[in-house]
Amino acid sequence: MIDFGYGLTPSATLKIENVDNPLFAELHRREPDVSKCIACGSCAASCSAGVFTQMNLRKVILSLQRGREKETLPMLQHCMLCGKCLLVCPRGINTRHLILSIGKVYKLEDK
Amino acid sequence: MSQNVVVIGGGPAGLEASRSLRDLGYTPILIEKEPVLGGHLARWDRLFPDGVEARSFLDPMVADLDGIKYFTDTEVSSINRLKDTWVVKLSNGLSAQVRAILLTTGFDLFKAEKKEEYGYGIYERVITNADLEDWFKSGAGPQFDNVNVIGFVHCVGSRDEKAGNRQCSKVCCVTAVKQACEIKEKFPGATVYCFYMDLRMFGRRYEDLYLKAQKDYGIRFVRGRVSEVSEDLDGHLFVKAEDTLFGKPMKIKMDMLVLMAGMAPSASTQPLARMVNIQTGEDGFFLPQSIIGKPCTSSREGIFFAGAATGPKTLPETLSEAASAALAIDRFLKTPQKR
Repeated sequence: MIDFGYGLTPSATLKIENVDNPLFAELHRREPDVSKCIACGSCAASCSAGVFTQMNLRKVILSLQRGREKETLPMLQHCMLCGKCLLVCPRGINTRHLILSIGKVYKLEDK
Repeated sequence: MSQNVVVIGGGPAGLEASRSLRDLGYTPILIEKEPVLGGHLARWDRLFPDGVEARSFLDPMVADLDGIKYFTDTEVSSINRLKDTWVVKLSNGLSAQVRAILLTTGFDLFKAEKKEEYGYGIYERVITNADLEDWFKSGAGPQFDNVNVIGFVHCVGSRDEKAGNRQCSKVCCVTAVKQACEIKEKFPGATVYCFYMDLRMFGRRYEDLYLKAQKDYGIRFVRGRVSEVSEDLDGHLFVKAEDTLFGKPMKIKMDMLVLMAGMAPSASTQPLARMVNIQTGEDGFFLPQSIIGKPCTSSREGIFFAGAATGPKTLPETLSEAASAALAIDRFLKTPQKR
């Protein structure tokens, strides 16, 4: 193929229609609180791992809600399950159970 | 014979204030420009936060008008100062000479067609919060089947300087969440989005409603203002917004879009302000003596306010202000006249 110096960049637009996948439904069944997040960012602010890595639970939840689970692995792999986010979450989300459930439902260990 | 008080505007504020004034021993003369009493409330189906029927508040008020002279389909032609009284001339030829006038002129719903980018009045599947209440209440308006994806756009004509309304209309956030839950009940399989800038759930049990919407109804909240709406050949809508939490643009195909039209000053505000020579604020609403301590008194003797005439208010706020305006008028009328 001749290189004309132009490239195709994939669209950055969120394809929100694809969100209704069975995996998110299964996650919601295991941990219904995943829909209670108000995106305040307390979890990310208190996160020890987040200081040095990409870990950001608020973004993880949002990525899952928007059907972008692939983007969550580079974040979640740094979580140490210390539970500080659980202490600060104003909605009382069981974040540790949520993170473990994400791992199980999306089979992140295998990836 | 008891003293007359003129009340201009027959919505919930005017009705409640008239009843309070009557109970205090006065004869209210209630003037309403529309053919029916009740204002916007007469069009509304259910009320936030608990979904109580609007008519359960309005019907008892409208049924309790003994001792109140009321005129529908009637407007104020002129108001003139005569010594320490006001002479109010009505479009039906009658006139009244009173010491106190209560302005309960409320608000106008923001005209959603002014936000052209949302396509209200152009695309059939774009409706307003009021249209949706009409539909809930009487089944009126366009009928849609196969409604799978529905969006609610918060802040239409609110917090929008370009649209001439800088103020927050206060009630639309919770109304959108209420209507989102209601539409989910009508179409349980549908996906419902709310596009918001902030969610202002200030009132008692409003936050509970928000939690219920998230948890029990699965309403999806997207922080971002809808930028434009377009239509495909089949009449479906394409809605563009930025998911500002994600930092990425999004485009969603929708079957129905509901615009949360906010509260704009009533069109009767400026003419009345000129008639009695009082000030309005920069936002176009009447300006009380103090928005904290004296929300019902104006800068002129004998002119009082209640309800959304002095800015966006919820129904309970309007009702309690109506009662306190009646007390303020009573206190004023009992004060000996200075001659």
